[in-house]
Amino acid sequence: MSDYISHDHEHDGIDRRGFLHCMAWAGTGLLWTISGGVLASKTLAQIAKAGEPLPATDLSFLQISDSHIGFSKDANKDVTETFKIALDRINAMPTPPSFLIHTGDLTQLSKPEEFDTFDQVLKSCRTKDVFYVPGEHDVLNDGGKLYRERYLKSVEGKGSGWYNFNKNGVHFIALVNVLDLQAGGLGQLGDEQLEWLEADVKGLGTSTPIVVFAHIPLWAVYPQWGWGTSDSERALGYLKRFGSVTVLNGHIHQVLQKVEGNVTFHTAMSTAFPQPAPGTAASPGPMKVPAEKLRSMLGLTSVQYKQGKTVLAVVDSNLS
Amino acid sequence: MTTATPRNKKIALLCAISMVNLSVLALGGEMKDVDNRNSKQNRIEIKDFAFNPQTITVKAGEKVTWINRDDEPHTVVSVEKQFKKSTALDTDQEFTITAGAPGTYTYFCSVHPKMTGTIIVEK
Repeated sequence: MSDYISHDHEHDGIDRRGFLHCMAWAGTGLLWTISGGVLASKTLAQIAKAGEPLPATDLSFLQISDSHIGFSKDANKDVTETFKIALDRINAMPTPPSFLIHTGDLTQLSKPEEFDTFDQVLKSCRTKDVFYVPGEHDVLNDGGKLYRERYLKSVEGKGSGWYNFNKNGVHFIALVNVLDLQAGGLGQLGDEQLEWLEADVKGLGTSTPIVVFAHIPLWAVYPQWGWGTSDSERALGYLKRFGSVTVLNGHIHQVLQKVEGNVTFHTAMSTAFPQPAPGTAASPGPMKVPAEKLRSMLGLTSVQYKQGKTVLAVVDSNLS
Repeated sequence: MTTATPRNKKIALLCAISMVNLSVLALGGEMKDVDNRNSKQNRIEIKDFAFNPQTITVKAGEKVTWINRDDEPHTVVSVEKQFKKSTALDTDQEFTITAGAPGTYTYFCSVHPKMTGTIIVEK
């Protein structure tokens, strides 16, 4: 239905809507806006489609995730290019985000040259302020030493690299749940980080909007595939008294969401390749699909928090 | 020339045998700390986020080799730190250890800790 050409000013058989429709698969990311303590998200495709400046808000930032620089298998042989396209989308936004967060798996194998490529490509982004958390792919052989040396320069990283920062009255908490994993277990925060978290939020008023981000989901998305964090309940216990808590994760390369009390959980899409929906394949991992299928899958679901509503709205956006 | 005479068959067979020998030698050359007397292959394939076989029984002194067949990196790490851990194995990369004292050794993938396996070492 939406594939019909409705405006063909150049008489070239392509209209703006169709062009964006076609391009939208390539780069994915979520734009988060905060207005009055309520978060809203849009996919980049939706922003491009709308073609209008963002509504005036107190704060907007953008989440990108799972760029997997260095990956070159069938699921996407050029993840650097799709990462570039995602950044181009950010640059094309009428209202640039205040900053980016990257929810981990910058690289495929934690190699210095992969981090180099990531940094090089990121230079093209107009938005320079970026906050990171590591994915398990970023800490493979050195416990995250190289990652911490490179990506915690603008923050006060504690322990294995967790930290906080404040923007426009919103308290952001960056957590690390990909290190010291135990046999048979899931993602893990560990006692030291949890104690820090408890102390960190202790003095905050309950009306302070909280945004927590970490790589592996902080909710039990699908523990059979390791898609969860073993001690996340304890972390969430410290956040229960707050009126607005948003938890942003990556790792699973697809948008899923859940609301539990005042806590909203989201997982982001990857800029590299999709993974199967929970339980629909023999295992998780890079999913090889035909190019046409890939386009229809990425950006498939967007999530919107509408001001004044406590329950988030889930909007399916088929981009093919 | 291409007729399979008994003589040609013999030559072909000899060629095949020597190629097999060469490949065994090449394999042995990659495994520096492997005892040449033990030529038995104990291979564990890593596929679909699982070690296969999940439990393997070997003799002390034999080598055990993992090969990663996933498009995702995996590691091999002893739960009790009883043997050296692998680095992250990319697709088709191998890791080999030599089985030590008899006993039961559990291991896991430190990247995907749901993945676990067991090596039983017999005398």
